[in-house]
Amino acid sequence: MNLPFRPANPAATNGCSDVPVLRERGQREVFCGLTGIVWLHRKIQDAFFLVVGSRTCAHLIQSAAGVMIFAEPRFATAIIDERDLAGLSEIDAELDRVVNRLLERRPDIKMLFLVGSCPSEVIKLDLKRAAARLSQLHSPRVRVLNYSGSGIETTFTQGEDACLAALVPFSPLPASGAVPPLLVAGALSDVVEDQFRRIFADMGIASVAFLPARQANDLPAIGPGTRYLLAQPFLNDTARALEERGAQHIPAPFPLGAEGTTQWFKAAADTIGITDAKFRAATDAGHIRARLALEPHRQMLTGKRIFFFPDSQLEVPLARFVSQELGMDPIEAGTPYLQRQHLAQEIGQLPAGCRLSEGQDVEKQLDRCRAANPDLVVCGLGLANPLEAEGFTTKWSIELVFTPIQGYDQAGDLARLFSRPLDRQIRLGV
Amino acid sequence: MQLTLWTYEGPPHVGAMRIATAMKGLHYVLHAPQGDTYADLLFTMIERRAARPPVTYTTFQARDLGGDTAELFKTACADAYARFQPQAIIVGASCTAELIQDDPGGLAKALALPIPVIPLELPSYQKKENWGASETFYQIVRTLCTPRKPETEFNPRSCNILGPTALGFRHRDDLAEITRLLERMGITVNVIAPFNATPDDIRRLGDAAFNVVLYPETAETAGRWLERNCKQPMTTVVPIGVTATREFIREVARLAGVDAAPVLDDSTARLPWYSRSVDSTYLTGKRVFIFGDATHAMAAARIAKEELGFDVVGLGSYSREFARPLRALAEELGIEALITDDYLEVEAKVAELQPELVLGTQMERHIAKKLGIPCAVISAPVHVQDFPARYSPQMGFEGANVIFDSWVHPLMMGLEEHLIHMFRNDFEFNDKAAPSHLGHGAAKPHSRAQESGPGGWTPDAERELQKVPFFVRGKARRNTERFAAERGLSLITVETLYDAKAHYSR
Ligand code: SF4
Repeated sequence: MNLPFRPANPAATNGCSDVPVLRERGQREVFCGLTGIVWLHRKIQDAFFLVVGSRTCAHLIQSAAGVMIFAEPRFATAIIDERDLAGLSEIDAELDRVVNRLLERRPDIKMLFLVGSCPSEVIKLDLKRAAARLSQLHSPRVRVLNYSGSGIETTFTQGEDACLAALVPFSPLPASGAVPPLLVAGALSDVVEDQFRRIFADMGIASVAFLPARQANDLPAIGPGTRYLLAQPFLNDTARALEERGAQHIPAPFPLGAEGTTQWFKAAADTIGITDAKFRAATDAGHIRARLALEPHRQMLTGKRIFFFPDSQLEVPLARFVSQELGMDPIEAGTPYLQRQHLAQEIGQLPAGCRLSEGQDVEKQLDRCRAANPDLVVCGLGLANPLEAEGFTTKWSIELVFTPIQGYDQAGDLARLFSRPLDRQIRLGV
Repeated sequence: MQLTLWTYEGPPHVGAMRIATAMKGLHYVLHAPQGDTYADLLFTMIERRAARPPVTYTTFQARDLGGDTAELFKTACADAYARFQPQAIIVGASCTAELIQDDPGGLAKALALPIPVIPLELPSYQKKENWGASETFYQIVRTLCTPRKPETEFNPRSCNILGPTALGFRHRDDLAEITRLLERMGITVNVIAPFNATPDDIRRLGDAAFNVVLYPETAETAGRWLERNCKQPMTTVVPIGVTATREFIREVARLAGVDAAPVLDDSTARLPWYSRSVDSTYLTGKRVFIFGDATHAMAAARIAKEELGFDVVGLGSYSREFARPLRALAEELGIEALITDDYLEVEAKVAELQPELVLGTQMERHIAKKLGIPCAVISAPVHVQDFPARYSPQMGFEGANVIFDSWVHPLMMGLEEHLIHMFRNDFEFNDKAAPSHLGHGAAKPHSRAQESGPGGWTPDAERELQKVPFFVRGKARRNTERFAAERGLSLITVETLYDAKAHYSR
């Protein structure tokens, strides 16, 4: 069902927080949640991801993994075949056999995720039960968890959400009387994590934990009294799981660019009661550095019109970043799913006239994009080259997920992702 | 259930996409969840195609499952027709949709579109990409092609070229090479399919006298149907390599009734002379391992043996459909064929055989890199590097030239090999160094843990072994250990090493 789109009220001055959202249901051109494995398997260094699915699932991860990663991957697919479907083989026994073979090969693995897919969901394979059984079998060496990355339930980054949500119940409870660490949820690259840790320490917050941790079993203590920040905008289920543990969310924008990062840290500082002087001492230098790094890109990008196709759910914070910090004009910020609550502060800072769209009908969206004729299109890998061939300048959105972009010292890198395609356009004489 | 780290082939509907994307004026409506749209990037990013594949996905979600996924399919199909106005539509299900059994074929028929609708049955839990491509092409041909009436006249010197698809390994350039060859023989090409063919072109397939089947994996089934129904004989030789190209020319000449002689000895065929040139002596007896799709693997084995003078020590393929001829060829070579799509099995085999050169797919390139063995890529699955900007066919005489260059390139040049053998302690130029023309980026041979492991080697013998060039060191070690074991020697000395060398060189 498509709701009719109403243009933003031009008189509105408070950004477009009250702008209606264009909801579309048609063909989507977005990866499924299995794709999250591509970065999660690098992030959690002793975890292995076993997709229980079809040849399509295996092919998807292989293709999404930068066409192919030439390192021994910590992921694999248990491909369901017709014997399993026809009930000719005992599917539990088959899964046990595959897991045994895998764990024999990889004695270094401490945590195994059984990842559900569309086929496993449709045939109602109970991976939760299988995970419990296998956990018992391989305890204490390996802990077996499960989550779903299926395309009928998750898009792209929601796979990470499902994975983190599955981890939460296994985290320890804080010792009674102890104050649990400040929790940052959402996979960040190691370099960003280290920078954030330093800034928190400078502010006087020494006890910070990240979810996921680099080692599978280093799960932080979570309980009532836990305050958590979201480092990524797509963590709906993870937030719910944290709340069930009694943890409380610190509402904030996302740490993208100088402003986003400062506001994110400020939200934590205010909640925890850090003085303004201490906060500024910890963040001012970074803030200034980030603004300096943004400047050359800002000059190049100011006034340029940008169109976001839905992909990672980072689109709304990115639209805020490019408009607020680079002077760009976002025409449409498409997202596969609009989590209004977590995005409230981002939406509030979007310029009036930026259309928000949720879901997708790719052909209609392409029509809108062509009609709007933006200077830069942010889209998935399937659309980028065809749009380039039509004369548009594009940026592959997947790079925004695979590159460290959060924090002060990555602000310039983030801006460069947008300026580079335009720079290239200017340079090329063929 | 099969444990899979890397797959050689995608699911069968990706094969169907390779046909649909190769063609013009055809649209594919695929009942599939959203994640399956990843397949578009294979064509837009790996092959760098400038247009999206002509595929509409229904992208049904969990919440649709209880409701009406069938209705969703019908809407998607009707919309796709209205928007793209194709001459024909193919419809089918991906693995997930196969489980919910909506019958895309029946649903599409019910729309009563004014164009042919071709239903595809591609069992995802049983078959794979190449089979899917072959089946799709076959269904399109048998639905659309009208056999020529027996009394109509036709040009006996005309043929169709069947097989080249989107995302094919060097299909673009093979096609150019073979088309030119056929033209030089005075043969008219009636239709090329599926590459750039429209459904209308498929209707005209019957007008040709015979078919050239370039890639049996995708076109043999369609070729057989045309043989039966249009009385068109088809070629059986795949022109990869000098000898095979000559056989192909003779076969085509016979089918068309023309003289093969003028094109048989082509002065641009440089492989035979390059191979005879004395600097190539060092290629003699190099031990190669070959793995790929059946067509390319079998062609590579013949070239390796007869045109470069290598020893083929391993031959395998992931194309189960063509296991029989491949097994027969392996038997001729005195080795056992490896028919598998299990990457781990291939890896184990390469490690066991310790070849001096691996000819494989991108996966074997990965294996070879890990083991420090030179490698050249000869077959799909494709990588962006398999779509070079320059002209680089595999077929025809020029294809053989390309093959000579790309197989010899990863190897150490002859004299370089000797010098390294003589002065192996030179600090800059030793056997840890990569071939000099490959620069610093080239793969360094792994210092393999087992090379310094136990096994009863005296330190002297171990040191002596290090003087053996790295590319045969593994073999020397294995031979010596086998020699010692057979004689019940508990300690391997320098003498044992040379005794074994003498023993095995007989
Ligand atoms: S969409 Fe479903 S079937 Fe397709 S790759 Fe993702 S999980 Fe597998």
